Amino acid sequence: MSNPQLIMYDEEFKQINVALEKLLREANAKVIFLVDKNGQLITGCGETERFDTTSLASLTAGNIAATGGLAKLIGEKEFSILFHEGEKDNLHISIVAGRVILVVLFDTRSSLGLVRLRVKKASEELTAIFNRLLQKNEEKEKSGDSEFPFAEITDDDIDNLFS
Amino acid sequence: MSFINYASREINCKIVYYGPGLCGKTTNLQYVYQKTAADAKGKMISLATETERTLFFDFLPLALGEIRGFKTRFHLYTVPGQVFYDASRKLILKGVDGVVFVADSQEERMDANIESVENLRINLIEQGYDLDKIPYVIQYNKRDLPNVVSVDELRRELNPTNVPDFEACATTGEGVFETLKAIAKLILFDLKKGK
Repeated sequence: MSNPQLIMYDEEFKQINVALEKLLREANAKVIFLVDKNGQLITGCGETERFDTTSLASLTAGNIAATGGLAKLIGEKEFSILFHEGEKDNLHISIVAGRVILVVLFDTRSSLGLVRLRVKKASEELTAIFNRLLQKNEEKEKSGDSEFPFAEITDDDIDNLFS
Repeated sequence: MSFINYASREINCKIVYYGPGLCGKTTNLQYVYQKTAADAKGKMISLATETERTLFFDFLPLALGEIRGFKTRFHLYTVPGQVFYDASRKLILKGVDGVVFVADSQEERMDANIESVENLRINLIEQGYDLDKIPYVIQYNKRDLPNVVSVDELRRELNPTNVPDFEACATTGEGVFETLKAIAKLILFDLKKGK
């Protein structure tokens, strides 16, 4: 399948959050989100409570998918960076490790140049973490060693969701 | 594919409502949105034209509750039904966990239904999925209209593999939740089976 299932573990989740917090500080950004290409929010830091993060994640993924479609039409593999400029706030969107989307929201306290520079550095770090995570996913799948929470569920558990 | 987060103890799944133009995909989501408690749903997003035709997608996040301590979330998407939006439709199928095909029961839309199912199958293959292997249910919508084709005939034409199917009238909500429950269940069972 084109995109194997993403499973996130505590260890990597913490590492990712540390990397994002660092980026938030160094880029002087307001909010940073990490989104799966399928539209699911992985994590965020900064003033996240001010935003509808679920919608933001879904629209970002739609945006990346649409521009990816455009890229293919003109013979590019993808557009790895998107930049949206607003009156006050701006969005810098980039693809990390080929499968997750890094969204940085910043205002006049920062600049596009600074954000680009810091994102580039943070991307390398995030790519390394995601590569480790994907490898871990693969190994666990191969060895059948999975604490998968759904392996034990019963029909009743599922029925109860709808009662 | 579903996203499982052990750190925040969440499971996220993606359901796509597919079907020909004006068959009632957006109406399905609107009904679900109206009837869901505020704490279980997020904002519904519709990227539509000025005439309220879906341009890119509708999106509705739902939280169903917990299974074994894991929050179960479903993200509902619709595709634009009109034939010429095929490029957009393909994009929305990316990472899908389950598909609801909404058929328009009216006699004059039969060809459009058949064309749309074929289009679904082809677009899924392009994303690396097989319609016969992924969670899939069919909804025969607009059963309240006078000029509808019989369910037997719809079944024969659109449901050769005998997947779960439901009669519905999305404007009044009949059959809407039955359809959603069925696809959600199939996805959860698929997740269970997969490991």
